[in-house]
Order: sequence, then C-alpha cells, then structure tokens
Amino acid sequence: MDLRAAIASIPDPEVPVITIEDLGILREVLVDEPARTVMVLITPTYSGCPAMDAIRQHIEHVARRAGYAATVETRLIPAWTTDWMSASGRDKLREFGIAPPDQRSEVAAHPVGVTLTVRRVTCPLCGSTDTEEISRFGSTACKALRRCNQCREPFDEFKSF
Amino acid sequence: MSRNAIDTSVSDHSVSDHSVSGSSVSDTTLTTDAAAYCLQLGDDALIYAQRLGDWISRAPQIEEDMALANVGLDLLGQARELLTRAGQLDGTGRSEDELAYLRDERQFHNVHLVEQERSDFGFEMARMLWFAAYQCELYAALANSSDETIAGVAGKAVKEVDYHRDHASQWVLRLGDGTSTSYVRMKEGLERVAPYVAELFEDDAVSVAVSEAGVGTLPSSLWDSAFGHVSRVVAQATLTLPTDSTWRSRGGRQGIHSRPMGFLLAEMQHIARSHPGATW
Repeated sequence: MDLRAAIASIPDPEVPVITIEDLGILREVLVDEPARTVMVLITPTYSGCPAMDAIRQHIEHVARRAGYAATVETRLIPAWTTDWMSASGRDKLREFGIAPPDQRSEVAAHPVGVTLTVRRVTCPLCGSTDTEEISRFGSTACKALRRCNQCREPFDEFKSF
Repeated sequence: MSRNAIDTSVSDHSVSDHSVSGSSVSDTTLTTDAAAYCLQLGDDALIYAQRLGDWISRAPQIEEDMALANVGLDLLGQARELLTRAGQLDGTGRSEDELAYLRDERQFHNVHLVEQERSDFGFEMARMLWFAAYQCELYAALANSSDETIAGVAGKAVKEVDYHRDHASQWVLRLGDGTSTSYVRMKEGLERVAPYVAELFEDDAVSVAVSEAGVGTLPSSLWDSAFGHVSRVVAQATLTLPTDSTWRSRGGRQGIHSRPMGFLLAEMQHIARSHPGATW
C-alpha cells in the first residue's frame, strides 16, 4: 500500500468505522520521495474536538513506519462541513448504527426559527422516519442522540454541520 | 503594575520582531491592536468554557450535562485558536497555555457576563442565549476578516455557536412557556443577566482600531441583530425582556473584573502554576 493510501485509511478515533478520508478532513498529502518526507494537510471538524490530536499522532506514526518524516498542518479555510463526507462513509455509518448527516445543500435555507425544532431523521436500524430527539448533544462533539419510536432503539445521529 | 509590565513587553517586542507568521497584519500598532482583540475574544470563550465545565454532574438532566460540556468544548477550541493567534501577533511568542494559565486577573480582557458564577439553570440559559446571539453575529462578521487566521476560526466557529444559540433558544421557549415555576425562574434568569449584556456590545479603542483596519468588527454593530434574535425568542416564550437596569457591568475589557473572577482563575490555573512546565 502506498503512503497516501495508508494515511487515507487511518480510522477516526471516535468513530472507527470511517476513515479520515471518508470523513472529509484529509485535504492533501504531499510526498517528497527523495527527501522521504510527507506533508499532510487536514481540516479540523469542531474547534475543540480532542480527536484531532490523536489523528495527528496517528498520521505521524503511519508515515514513520513507512520510512517518512511527516509534518501535519491544519487548514482552516474553507471550514469543514459534513457535505465533505463520502457516500461510502455515510453507508458505513448507517451500517454501524449511526444516522449519517443530511446533505446540507439539499436542505432549503431558512431563517432561524423561534419555534421548537422538529427534524426528520431516519432510524439507521429499521429505516423508520418516526424518530425523536433525546439529546441535542451526544458522546462526541459531532453527534446527537435519538430514539426510534418504531423499533424503540436509541441511536446516534451524526449532526449536519 | 503587572499590566504595565505586559504592555511594555508587548510594544518592545512588536517593534523589534516582525516574525508574525501567516499574517496579513503588518503595521506595528495595528498588530498590537489585533493581538489585544484576539485576547478579548479568546478570553470570553475561555472563561465561559471554564464556567460551563462547572455544570458537569450538576445539570438538571444527564443529557444537559453533556450539552453544556459540549458547548464549553467548542468554546475552548475557539479560545485555543484565538489565544495562539494573540501570542503570534503580539510578538511575545507566548503559547495558548502560557496565555491561559500564566496571566493574572488584570491581564484578562473578558466581559463580566462570562465570569459570573454558575447558579440557576434559568440564569445559565439566559446567559447562553445572549452570549451565543452575540457570538453568532460576531463570527459571521469576522469570517470576512483581513486576518486569515481570524477569518478561518470565525468561519468554523459561526456554525458551532449557531447550534449553541439554538440550544439556548429551545430551553428559553420551553421554560418560559412551561410551568408557572419554570416561567418565574426563566424570568429571574433574564433579569439577573440583563446588567451584564451591554458590556458585550461596547466599542473600545481596540475594537475601533481593528474594525477600521478590516481585521475586526465594532461590537456596537452587532447589537441590532443579536437583540432581534433574543427579543423574538423571549416574546415567543411569553416572557418580556427586563427594562433598563439601574446598573451595568463595565471594565472587563480593561482587565477590571468582578469578585468571582479570581476564584475562577485560581481553580483553572492552579495545576499549571503548582507544577510549572509539567507535561503529560
């Protein structure tokens, strides 16, 4: 496996079923063969996400094992969005029992409402759309917690961002 | 005295050291103002993150424990970026950790709103509603900053604080338009927060300078939209915004703080100060 593929296949530490490439945070891998160095550009998800440090270390480790010295830099512009998550990443999330994020771009822009929010999210376990929110914040910065009224199972939702 | 010492070191370094990385800010005076501006915004985020951490295990529901901790985590992430930028711009090369853990009370430039002690949940939701409404407008404006780092941080953070604002809005609606008890506690929360709101929207020499240079924005220019959101939520929640209070907080931007600030810093900084340079 070449170095780029090895780096692209690094799993997200919090949601290990998807890779950092599926997640859309891996922006560029610039390999300098003669110098045996690699520069990796990543775009962080949430500002305070503690997984970023773990991801940086993992990239350095994978590069070192392949005989390269890695520099990991963060790129803030443009800001990461869940639109960058790959289709296969979404499928893997669903199979793992996490509802993938909406494609934001398909959601009509609306002014911030002052009514109680009700969103339609499909249960990743049974496919029912009859689900309700338990908590707007979940076990990690990127997830919310919901419950299916059909199969009665609770599940995580990857928030659209 | 300590404040003078810092100011002197800032200008000394700025004159002699132009190695500001990744910057479109070059003029020395402006660089000093831009650094001070990053400290103001970074300190607001840092101190409110610390306050929100206080709620863990004390919120009305376990879900709310997670929510407040998550909001705090987003703010902490914003603070880390902004303080790092402040340390680059002021030429001292101070790291985010040095700025967070090794400054004294008079060297912090956050508003009084964020340093007030945790109390009733109604108070917290009133505070979060106002603060997130302010931050939404702030970061939306700063996404166009001429300083690339500030623009990048703001472009990401605006989506985070929009979620915080929505979270607080949902609670104000539920509590205000809820039971007679929740109505009273939400009403009292809004009243207790009111004297601290104006300080968020006050211009000072730093914000005037950075806004003229296109690096920052005038806090006063954010008022109409922020007030618009808060008043819509409050009206929908069957509450009324308190009329002008008899007093209002001031001085935070100049490093003059209220009583809870020293206690907050003592708790936040004590490990770093007791074990200087420790890593783990």
